[in-house]
Amino acid sequence: MRPFAYERAGGAEAALAASTRHAVQEGPPPQYLAGGTNLLDLMKIGVMHPPALINIGALRGAHGGIQADAAGLRLGALAHMAEAAEHPAILSDYPAIAQSLQLAANQQLRNMATLAGNVLQRTRCNYFRDPSWDACNKRRPGSGCAAKDGVNRLLAVLGVSEACIASYPGDFANALAAFGAEVGLAGPDGSTRRIPFEDLHSLPGDTPHIETNLLPGELITDFHVPAGPWTRRSLYLKVRDRASFAFALASAVVALDLEGGAVRDARIGLGGLVAKPWRSREAEDALRGRRLDETTAQEAAEAAFAGAVTHGENAFKPELGRRTLVQALLQAAEMEA
Amino acid sequence: MDIRLKVNGTEHALSVDVRTTLLDALRERLELTGTKKGCDLGQCGACTVLMDGRRVLACFTLAVAAQNAEITTIEGLAGDNGPLHPMQQAFLENDAYQCGYCTPGQIISAIACVTEGHARSDDEIREYMSGNLCRCAAYPKIVAAIRQARPLMETR
Repeated sequence: MRPFAYERAGGAEAALAASTRHAVQEGPPPQYLAGGTNLLDLMKIGVMHPPALINIGALRGAHGGIQADAAGLRLGALAHMAEAAEHPAILSDYPAIAQSLQLAANQQLRNMATLAGNVLQRTRCNYFRDPSWDACNKRRPGSGCAAKDGVNRLLAVLGVSEACIASYPGDFANALAAFGAEVGLAGPDGSTRRIPFEDLHSLPGDTPHIETNLLPGELITDFHVPAGPWTRRSLYLKVRDRASFAFALASAVVALDLEGGAVRDARIGLGGLVAKPWRSREAEDALRGRRLDETTAQEAAEAAFAGAVTHGENAFKPELGRRTLVQALLQAAEMEA
Repeated sequence: MDIRLKVNGTEHALSVDVRTTLLDALRERLELTGTKKGCDLGQCGACTVLMDGRRVLACFTLAVAAQNAEITTIEGLAGDNGPLHPMQQAFLENDAYQCGYCTPGQIISAIACVTEGHARSDDEIREYMSGNLCRCAAYPKIVAAIRQARPLMETR
C-alpha cells in the first residue's frame, strides 16, 4: 500500500473541505473512508492509490439513520448493510431490499460496509484487479480490454461496450435502481442535489474509467426509495456458484402490483451480468396490464435480454438471466402481500 | 501517527504508520497473535475481532480508524487461568478444528453469530458463518459447537 494522508472529519462540512484540501492536480482523487472493505482491498492490491483518506465515520450520527413513512424509505448513506438488512420496516415493506443485503457478502463485511460504500463498490473483473495485466481500459484508459477474450464468466452481458465488459458486482444497488430510488448528494461548494439513483452510475461506453456521475469531492448523504403498491410483493433472487458469500452470476429484483392475477404495475431489476445497476423497463412494459404466467414471464425475460452481448465464457449468461427472472416473477406472484 | 487502542479492556498507546491495519497492530505491536492473518484481503475471516461487540475484519480496518472502539480478540474471552468462554469450550468438546489456524476467527465470529440471534438453526448458522473459511473443512463440527454453546451463552 502506498502512503497517504489521513484525516478524520467531524462532520460533512469538514469532510467536504478536507476533500478539496487534499485534492492534487495530477493523479487520483482523495477518497472518503467509511467501511473501507472495498477501498482498502483495492489499495492493498495496488489498484487504487489515493493521496488521502478522509475518515467519515463521525458522519454516521447525522447520515446513518433509517426511516420509513408513508412517502417511502429513507436510508442514511452511512447506515451499515447489516442494519438495513434487518430493519423491521424494510423486512416487511421492502423485502427485495432486505434480501439484496442479506444475500450480499458475509456478516463481518455487512457489519463494516455502509450503504453508500456498497453502491460505489468497484467491479471484481480479474483484469481490473490485477495490475500485472496491461490491458484494462478501466484501470489504464486506452490500454484495451483483456477480459473480452479472457476469463469472463463473472462479467456482464447487458450495458457492455467495445471498451469494457466489467460487471457491476453489487446486489443492493440493483434493488435501488428497480425501485426508482433517488440519491442525495452534497458538494464541496456547499451545494446539495438529488438525482435519480439510475443516474448515479454511468455506462462504460468509451470511458469505462468513469464509473459515476459524482462531481469531484461529492458525498452521498442518503437514498430515498418511494413507496408504491409493488414494494411489499417483492423479492431478490440471486444465483451464484456457492450458497453464500459469492457474487451473483445472475440476479433479479421483482416487485409486483397485482390485481386479480394481472399485473397493474411492476418494478424489475437485474444484477450479476450488468455493467451498472440495472432496471429493465423493457420487462416491466412487457408485463404491465397482462396476466402473469409462465408465458408472459418468459416474454418479459426475452425483452429484458434482447440487447445482450456475450463474449466467450459468458455466453451462458443471457439464458441464466432469463431463467432467473422468470423464476423470480413466478415466485413473487405466489407471495402473500 | 500516535494512536490509542483499547483491546480486551486495556488501553495501549502506540505510534504507527498510517497504513497499519488493526490486524498488524494487534499481532506485530501488541503481541496479540491469537488473531490470525490468512488472506489479508477480507476473504477468509481468520482476522475476525469484535469492535464494540460487532464482528469485523481486522485486515480491512486501519489501526488509526479503530481508536475509541472496544476491541475484543480471542485473548480477551477468558481471563488468565479462568474458565473458558462457553464457545471455546464447545469448540474443544466438539473437536471443531484440525489445524486450528482459522479457529480464533471462527470462535469470535461464532460468539457474534449467537449474540446477533443468527444461530437459531443449522442452516442459519451456516449462512451467518459463511465469512469464516476452514481449509480443513471442520464445518459440521463448527456448526455442532455453535449449537451446543448457544443455550450456555444465553443463560450466562
